[in-house]
Amino acid sequence: MLAHRTASVTVTLRNSCRACWLAVPGLVWMALFFLVPLGLVFAVSFASRGTYGGIVWEFTTANYVDLLHPLYGKILSHSLWYAMLTTACCFVLGFPLAYMIARSPARWQPVLLLLVMLPFWTNFLVRTYAWMILLRHDGLINHVLVSLGLVATPLELLYTPTAVVIGLVYGYLPFMVLPLYVAVERLDPLLVEAAYDLYASRWAVFTRVVVPLTMPGIVGGCVLVFIPSIGSFITPDLLGGARSMMIGNLIQHEYLVARDWPLGSAVSFVLMAVVMAAVVLYYRQGDRSAGPVERR
Amino acid sequence: MRRKAVGLRAVSLLVMLFLYGPILVLILYSFNAAHLSMAWRGTTLKWYAALIHDEALLAATANSLVIAVVSTIGATGLGGLLAFGMEGMSRSRQQLLEGSLVLPLVIPEVMMGVALMLFFVVIKLPLGLTTVILGHIVFNLPLVTIMIWTRLRKLDPALPEAAADLGADAWHTFRYVTFPLLRPAIWGAILVAFTVSLDDFLVTFFTAGPGATTLPLKVYSMIKSGVTPEINALSALLVLVSMGCVALSLQLQRREV
Repeated sequence: MLAHRTASVTVTLRNSCRACWLAVPGLVWMALFFLVPLGLVFAVSFASRGTYGGIVWEFTTANYVDLLHPLYGKILSHSLWYAMLTTACCFVLGFPLAYMIARSPARWQPVLLLLVMLPFWTNFLVRTYAWMILLRHDGLINHVLVSLGLVATPLELLYTPTAVVIGLVYGYLPFMVLPLYVAVERLDPLLVEAAYDLYASRWAVFTRVVVPLTMPGIVGGCVLVFIPSIGSFITPDLLGGARSMMIGNLIQHEYLVARDWPLGSAVSFVLMAVVMAAVVLYYRQGDRSAGPVERR
Repeated sequence: MRRKAVGLRAVSLLVMLFLYGPILVLILYSFNAAHLSMAWRGTTLKWYAALIHDEALLAATANSLVIAVVSTIGATGLGGLLAFGMEGMSRSRQQLLEGSLVLPLVIPEVMMGVALMLFFVVIKLPLGLTTVILGHIVFNLPLVTIMIWTRLRKLDPALPEAAADLGADAWHTFRYVTFPLLRPAIWGAILVAFTVSLDDFLVTFFTAGPGATTLPLKVYSMIKSGVTPEINALSALLVLVSMGCVALSLQLQRREV
């Protein structure tokens, strides 16, 4: 009996190890084409730039020192500002929607969630371009405003920081709604009723009952909006002007236009550090199930 | 809650309008006969007709399809094997892999793009279709692995055990029990990988050489070089294609075993 058990354990072990090998090709692929390139960027961020572009392998921290220059500092700080503003706007727009979905009849919930997610799955360029049609000098919004006589001359809407934030909010709103929905759905409606019964004002119910109890969803949603916003390239590139350049545009500029790869690499690692800080915040919050990937 | 309902509904409706309005305007204006004007000059299909005769656009579409098909096959093969491999591992190793696989998905795409470009330049692999395909597999592989692994983990362990009790060996258990149960997840993953590859701009932007223009690269250059109504028609088509792919994928994943 005992011998039989040992044998079967050995068989399972050997089976499982045989199965483990299946993971090897995929892991090798990711190591070769993901980790090695990232390591290369890290290494290059400490190298020097050649006279005609290219990389000279001499160790220097000059690239990171260069980033302290006010010009770069400005791009970094207003990227942070746009990303935070986007996150705040997504929260303000996303919370009522998430709350409404979570409190609607159960059979409607998957349909409503799908409606929120569907625009996210259309091409990002196309979605950004749609806003160009609306915001252009001769675009739909100006056309309507002028026709109605609300403004005498068309407003400058496109190529402004406002356009960038609108585009980012539009692009990443679904990331806010899903975790908030999960959190609100778990919130017992009786707790809200109880607060009202105790004569709490609407604001007090929101700030002292709803917000604390849905905090994991709020943090999750904010991080999930902040991460792609801070790293965005297409939105500021198409909707923003020269003065609303973000970190992503700076990286592209250093790599493809200025051909200063070491500096571009240093900028990349600053961006990665910001993103990683946000990821750590997300996992610290601990509520793994509030993630966007899987919610049946 | 009753007292909140009206306001909530109104705000939710406005947010939905915000989400769908721009896309609907885009599709509507792809049928506008006016050139570059927002005034409505009658309905036309001429912008769609113009697309069919745009040789460069057709070539870009062909490139996009080749890249999407090959990278989807590659990512599904490697990612599927990775998911099966994970099943035999200890829980702690599984968690480590789950965590690491999220990294390529959260890292800014622009950074993945420059990293791959730098890597290909350093190893002296000329930029072109091949490098784009290699790059697309990198972001699709974790996606596929996570989707298949999520389903694999939810499978009732009693089912393969029952197969083993009935005398099936490892291969037959896989072939006749596990694999059929996973089929919806695998098809779902294939469609998602295909859509993501077809829509990708940034990684392609950095890893494509001059000869490997894809549909999104073409759309980008059309948007950048000046607005013509043909982009509206092309955009409307792209919206329909990606929404169709996603609807199909969701349908497949929802099918319960």
